[in-house]
Amino acid sequence: MGIQGMELFAIGVVIILFMAVLKQFGILEPMSSFEESSDSDLELSTVRHQPEGLDQLQAQTKFTKKELQSLYRGFKNECPSGLVDEETFKSIYSQFFPQGDATTYAHFLFNAFDKDRNGSIRFEDFVIGLSVLLRGSVTEKLNWAFNLYDINKDGYITKEEMLAIMKSIYDMMGRYTYPCVRDEAPSEHVDKFFQKMDRNRDGVVTIEEFIETCQKDENIMNSMQLFENVI
Amino acid sequence: MAAGVATWLPFARAAAVGWLPLARKTMPRPPVDKSSRSDEILFVNVSGQRFQTWKNTLDRYPDTLLGSSEKEFFFNEDTQEYFFDRDPEMFRHILNFYRTGKLHYPRHECVQAFDEELAFYGIVPEIIGDCCMEEYRDRKKENQERLAEDTEAGEATDTPLPDSATSRERLWRAFENPHTSTMALVFYYVTGFFIAVSVIANVVETVPCRPLKGTVKDLPCGEKFSLAFFCMDTACVLIFTFEYLMRLFAAPCRCKFARSVMSVIDVVAIMPYYIGLVMPENEDVSGAFVTLRVFRVFRIFKFSRHSQGLRILGYTLKSCASELGFLLFSLTMAIIIFATVMFYAEKGTKGSSFTSIPASFWYTIVTMTTLGYGDMVPNTIAGKIFGSICSLSGVLVIALPVPVIVSNFSRIYHQNQRADKMRAQQKVRMARIRMAKKGTANAFLQFKEDGGLGDPDSNSSALCLKNRSAFENQHHHLLHCLEKTTNHEFTDEMAYSEMCLTESVGYRTSRSTSLSSQQGALNNGCCPRRARRRAAMRLANSTVSVSRGSVQELDTFPVKSTNLPQQTRSSLNARAVDIKLNCSDRDYTAAIISIPTPPSNTPDESPPSSPAIPGILRNTRATAYLQDAVKISSL
Repeated sequence: MGIQGMELFAIGVVIILFMAVLKQFGILEPMSSFEESSDSDLELSTVRHQPEGLDQLQAQTKFTKKELQSLYRGFKNECPSGLVDEETFKSIYSQFFPQGDATTYAHFLFNAFDKDRNGSIRFEDFVIGLSVLLRGSVTEKLNWAFNLYDINKDGYITKEEMLAIMKSIYDMMGRYTYPCVRDEAPSEHVDKFFQKMDRNRDGVVTIEEFIETCQKDENIMNSMQLFENVI
Repeated sequence: MAAGVATWLPFARAAAVGWLPLARKTMPRPPVDKSSRSDEILFVNVSGQRFQTWKNTLDRYPDTLLGSSEKEFFFNEDTQEYFFDRDPEMFRHILNFYRTGKLHYPRHECVQAFDEELAFYGIVPEIIGDCCMEEYRDRKKENQERLAEDTEAGEATDTPLPDSATSRERLWRAFENPHTSTMALVFYYVTGFFIAVSVIANVVETVPCRPLKGTVKDLPCGEKFSLAFFCMDTACVLIFTFEYLMRLFAAPCRCKFARSVMSVIDVVAIMPYYIGLVMPENEDVSGAFVTLRVFRVFRIFKFSRHSQGLRILGYTLKSCASELGFLLFSLTMAIIIFATVMFYAEKGTKGSSFTSIPASFWYTIVTMTTLGYGDMVPNTIAGKIFGSICSLSGVLVIALPVPVIVSNFSRIYHQNQRADKMRAQQKVRMARIRMAKKGTANAFLQFKEDGGLGDPDSNSSALCLKNRSAFENQHHHLLHCLEKTTNHEFTDEMAYSEMCLTESVGYRTSRSTSLSSQQGALNNGCCPRRARRRAAMRLANSTVSVSRGSVQELDTFPVKSTNLPQQTRSSLNARAVDIKLNCSDRDYTAAIISIPTPPSNTPDESPPSSPAIPGILRNTRATAYLQDAVKISSL
C-alpha cells in the first residue's frame, strides 16, 4: 500500500508532538536559549548613586546643613536611586504646567542642570544649580540663564537657539490663553530680545553683551531678587 | 497634581530665573511665607502609639487633615503632640501614604473600617495605588452586595402586609410566599402534588401493559386505560389553568407577569390539552398533535417554583451564558476540524462509515466527549492517530470552562445560603435589639417611678440616684425635658396596648391627622394576644403613637414580664414607696441604641375612665401588633 498522503501528514504531526514533549522535559534544548541567559545578569544590578558628603556639599554650595538635609530628603524620596533621568525630569516638570507642553523647556532645563552631560542629574548637580539660582550673585544667575539659552554651549546665543527656547516657553502656555498666542509671537519676542541684547548687531549674543544689557535693565535687576526665599 | 511632586516646586520656582531676562513685563511679587521654613519633626500620638515625621512630609498633601491646619484642633499643648483617638494600625498605612505617595489597602482589614479612616483623615479612596486598587474594589463591591442583601432581607416579602391591602394584593402575596397563610400553603402543596401526578401519568402511559384479551401485542398503558388517563389529564389541566388564571388576576403588573419565564412555562404546559380538544380527529393533523404532547413534559419545570435549588441552577446557567457560549463555540470549531481530518483520513477505505464530513461530526462528538459508542470506528493508521488526538483534545476543551461555571454556581449558591441565614438571624437580632431598647426605656420609666422626677433632696431617692451614672442622669433629664415639652409621657408597650384598646372601644379622638389612616390599622391589629390585667385605664383624648421596629416576631419571643413592674398610672402613685427601694436589684443596661422616637403617652390631666372597661380588657386576647408609626402630636 505504501504511505499515502494523509498518513504522511499524520506521521509529521506525531513527530512534531514528540519534539514538543521533549522540549517540555528539557531534554531537547534549542539553540536560542543561550542568548537569553546573558541578558538577565545585567538587570540584576541597579544603578545607585550616592552623593558626596554633606560637608563637601556645604562647601560647594551656599546652603546650610539643614537646608541640604531637607533638600536631600525630598530628592531621595522622589528618586530613590539618586539619579534623575531626562524622562522623569520631564514628567515632573510637566506636572507644574498642566495646560501646556513643558517637555521641550524641560529638556533645555535638564541640559542646563546636567553639567557633565551624562544624561542624568545627580544630587550634586541639582543642589549646585539650586544654590546658584537661589543664593548666587546676580552675575552668577545671569551666567546660569545664559547657559540655559546657549543650547550648544558654544558661548553664543544665536537666533535659532533663542527661537527654540522662546517656542518652548510659549508651548508651556498651552492653547487656552488670552489673548491667543499667535504663531509669530515667539519670533517677534526673539526679535525684540535681540534688539535689546545684541549690541554690535552681529546676529549673536555673547555673554558679555548679555550681562551688560541685563545689568542696565532695572526690571531684570529687581526681579532677580524675587526668588531668593524659595527654600 | 501629584502631591509627591510638591517637593520639586521650589526647584521649579528657582528655575524660573531662566525667564527673567526674557520677560516683557515685571514679575509679580512672590507670596510671603511667614511660617518657618526649617523642617521640624512632628509628634503624632495615635491611641498611645507615637509616630514621628517631618512636617514637610505631612505638608505634601495640603487638602487632607494632616496636611492642613485642621490638625491644629488635635494638638495637645501639654504633651506638645497631635493626639488622635483612632486606630493606630490603620494610621500606619495613612502615614505611609504621606511618606511614599502611594496608598495601600491592608488586606486583613475591613473595607468599611478603612473607608471610615480615610474619610476621617480627608483622603480620597481613589488615590489607592494600582497594586491594591483591585482588591479594594472587589471587597467594596462584595460588601455592598452583602448590605444590599441585608436591606432586601429587611424588606423581604415575609413581612406582614398592611391590612389595608386589597384582596388582590393578598392573593399575590399568598402565591409568592406560601408560608404567609395556611390557605396558600395548602394550595402550594396541592399544585405540587398535581404536577407530580401529571408528570408520572405522562411517563406511565407509555409503559407497555399486558395486552387486551385476544391480542398478542403489548399495549402501552395509555391506550389500554385511555379513559382513566384522560380524566387524570383533565383534572391536572383544570387545576393548572385555574392556578394560572388566579396568578394572572393577582399579578400587580399583568404584562410583566405574562412575559415572565414561569408564566410561559405554565402556558406551554396546558396548551397541548386545549389544542387537542379543539383539533378535529384528522389523520395528518393528529400526527402533529402527537408531537405537541411532548410539550406536556414542560410541566416538570413548574417544580422550579417549589424548589429553590432549581431556580439557582437556572440562574447560574443564565449568568454563565458567556462561558457556555465559549464552550459551545470552541467545541464546534474542534468538531469541524477533526471531522474534516477524519473524513479525509478514512476516505480511501472500503466500507468506511465516514461517508461525508457531516457524517463524521457524529464520530467526532462521540469521541470528544469520551462517549465512544463504537458505531463508527477509524480503520486506517492515520485515522486512528487523529482519532486519538481528537479524544485527548476533547477532554481538554471541555474541562476548560467548567471551573468557571462551577465557581459561579458556588458563588450564587452561597449568596443564597447567606441571604437565608441572614433572614433567619435578622429576627433574632431584631428581638435582641428590641430587648435592649426596652431596657433603656424601662430604665427611664423606672427612674420616674423611683421619684427621680420629684424632689431631689429627699433621702430615699438619693440612694437610687447615686447608683446611676452621670450619663444616665443626663439622659433621663433629657427625656424628661422632652416629656415636658410635648406634654406627653413615656410609657411601655403593655400600657400602650391597653390605651389602644380603649381607643378601639370608642374613646378615641385623634388629633393628628397624619395618624388617622394608621389608627385604623392600629386598631385592627393592635390588641395584644396575651391577656393583661390592669388596674386602671388610660383615657385616650389625645393621639397615641408607638414606635417599635417591625414586630410581628415579638410574639415568638417571650417578653420577660417579670422585670417590668406594674407601671400603670395609679400604681405609680400608690406604690411609689415600695418601688423606690427595689431599685438596687434592677440593673437596666443603659445601652443607648438609637431609638427613633420615644413612645408617648396620654397627658396627666385626663381623668381615668370608668371601671367597666377593665372588665372587657381582662378577657380579651389580642396581638401586640405594633408597627413603625412614629409621630408625636403637638400640644
